[in-house]
Amino acid sequence: MYVADSRASDPVAPASAEGTARRVLAGRYRTAVAPTVLALGTVSLITDVSSEMVTAVLPLYLVTGLGLSPLGFGLLDGVYNGFSALVRLAGGHLADRGGGRHKWVAGLGYGVSALCKPLLLLAHSLTPIGLVLAADRTGKGLRTAPRDALISLSSTPATRGRAFGVHRAMDTAGALLGPLVAFLILRATVDGYDAVFTVSFCVAVVGVLVLVLFVPGSSSAPAVEKAVRPTVRAALALLRRRDLRRITVCALLLGLATVSDSFAYLLLQRRLGVPDRWFALLPLGTAAAFLLLAIPLGRLADRVGRRRIFLAGHGALLLAYALLLTAWHGPALPYAVLLLHGAFYAATDGVLMAMASDGVPEELRSSGLAVVQTGQALARFVCSLGFGAAWSMWGDRTALLASTAALALCAAVSSAFLRPAAAREATV
Amino acid sequence: MTVRNRVLVLLAAVLALAAVAVASILHASARAERRDQAQPGGPPVTSGRVALTTPATMVFRNMAWGPHRDELTTVPASDPSGPRVASGVKCLRFYAASGTGVCLQAVHGPVSDTYRALILDAHLHVTARYDVPGIPSRARVSPTGHYAAWTAFVGGDSYAGTNFSTRAAIVDVRTGRLTSSLEAYRVIKDGHTYHAADVNFWGVTFAPDDRTFYATLATKAKTYLVRGDLQARTVTTLHTNVECPSLSPDGTRIAFKKRVPGLPKDAPWHLYVLDLRTMRETAPAESRSVDDQAVWKDDHTLVYALPGDYGADLYTVPADGTGTPRRISTAAVSPAYVGP
Repeated sequence: MYVADSRASDPVAPASAEGTARRVLAGRYRTAVAPTVLALGTVSLITDVSSEMVTAVLPLYLVTGLGLSPLGFGLLDGVYNGFSALVRLAGGHLADRGGGRHKWVAGLGYGVSALCKPLLLLAHSLTPIGLVLAADRTGKGLRTAPRDALISLSSTPATRGRAFGVHRAMDTAGALLGPLVAFLILRATVDGYDAVFTVSFCVAVVGVLVLVLFVPGSSSAPAVEKAVRPTVRAALALLRRRDLRRITVCALLLGLATVSDSFAYLLLQRRLGVPDRWFALLPLGTAAAFLLLAIPLGRLADRVGRRRIFLAGHGALLLAYALLLTAWHGPALPYAVLLLHGAFYAATDGVLMAMASDGVPEELRSSGLAVVQTGQALARFVCSLGFGAAWSMWGDRTALLASTAALALCAAVSSAFLRPAAAREATV
Repeated sequence: MTVRNRVLVLLAAVLALAAVAVASILHASARAERRDQAQPGGPPVTSGRVALTTPATMVFRNMAWGPHRDELTTVPASDPSGPRVASGVKCLRFYAASGTGVCLQAVHGPVSDTYRALILDAHLHVTARYDVPGIPSRARVSPTGHYAAWTAFVGGDSYAGTNFSTRAAIVDVRTGRLTSSLEAYRVIKDGHTYHAADVNFWGVTFAPDDRTFYATLATKAKTYLVRGDLQARTVTTLHTNVECPSLSPDGTRIAFKKRVPGLPKDAPWHLYVLDLRTMRETAPAESRSVDDQAVWKDDHTLVYALPGDYGADLYTVPADGTGTPRRISTAAVSPAYVGP
């Protein structure tokens, strides 16, 4: 009944629910990505243009536009991370209750974030701006799991890696375009932050409209005989499934050894002496590599096994850490590290969702993905707290050395943990 | 709904939203023209020569609307609200001493703005350029004119990033030797070497001995006044809850902004003066929240910026707690009293 089980027994037959709608078209879907995935990719692309526009100008707006001192603004982050995890679980659970709710829960998430943009025009001091940003991230937390569930439900198990790859590539393209649009507007205007927020709002509304108009509401849900009632208890019981539990545990373990992006860029700058003026461009390097590699690695994951690619992605991260620790400081080193960092995301972000989808029945897909995402996010948060403390006590090199050792250990444990399944998948 | 109808709905919505977007951009770009027109009643500004050695003058960034907006301008120190002479050099932040100026300015690139620090000679000619890694915040030159320092906000890079840090740089103007971040200095806190990933520095101010400076160090949500040593490359904590210190010309007191409990989160500071001999704090008679690194006009008088109609206005108040604050100049920021 469950996707993973049915695939294990008969690798060629698509899982039942996905199969009813897709079986006839299976030939076609092997070559093309489902229209729903493209529609969701478009929604994410547009939404990321909108949100990254705001992110890019926010520091400038706070300091030069409002004359606020942004220090200490990050203090809320820790508190908010916990709340965000709860929102994500709630979004996943809500989406699973009743057929076709995924679209509307995701839509609510996109809508909340869209409405936050004009509110930024009205917020002129720290507290309201903090609240608007919190609401914006609540929207993001709400929509992530239902959206990923929709992607996995609208693609066949055999092409899921590619479907997520296409989605993540489109998403990242939006994230790269957003800052560009924002700076073009600032260039064309004087203190045009209001114009940036207005345009960002308009773009976000287009994203919501594309979702409402082009993403099908209820896919195959009514036709399915519910094996599991989507209750909170059922969602938690998901962790009793061997496959999902193993994936969650591995995501958690590896998350505990994944140094957060801001630390990674700081390390890159300090250890490799990247000039200050390039500092702001470092995330773009990762994003560009992520964009280029998401689809190829997603396809590769479909062919050689998602677990392998997922583990290889952490291998890339391990290599990036190792490069940061070496004494060799060639001019190509920052590029190599950013490429590996982007490859890490391309090999793990969507691939993890594709992998987790295999272990969750359709009627709990959203909750299941939310559990995995939340576990990973919390683990990474714990890691950044730990890494910060280690940096304080022993300095950046030792902290990185410790993370590298931890990552190597976690990767070894995970690969042992995931091996039987990987062997099974390789035969598909 | 058919696909055709859905596409039509989307197209109609996109057109309507595009109209709103274009209107907002046009509205914002029309501001450019308005700001190039001098406002009636504003201070008269004319082009002219500005030197950092003219006795008894104040040089600052002019924020009055008109063709000279954002340029370094000068007024007689005795008549700060009088006619202004503009230099043509645009800066976001500025300071000068002993014929050396530091000007933090934006460089408009094709895809984004970057920032740089210019070292200026007495006639505002550029003698050196340095990259600044983020939005400029504070600028200072040592009383000897031999050292310059600046602080920038470096933005976060996460989704809806709200993590900011500051980077404080010091350069030896004579040799060009740059310390791009004070984090390279050894921190001595309560007598011990202190390590933390979250150390931030801002608001450097120099003593006249070409060795000592003061600055703010922040770590674990607390701020400290530190005394720095340019030769030993160390900073030592002296006092807590001190931001943006400014050393008096006689070197005995530090004017600073202090975070006072009970004030709103976005305007939490009051101006204070710390006596370095007794470590006693005095509050000048300014009740508004001051977010500026104050400047000493002389050993008894502070000058600082407060938000105004055109960005910021300059105010003055006696340092010893007497008198009342008085506005000396509108549409002005980053003042420096220059001249021998």
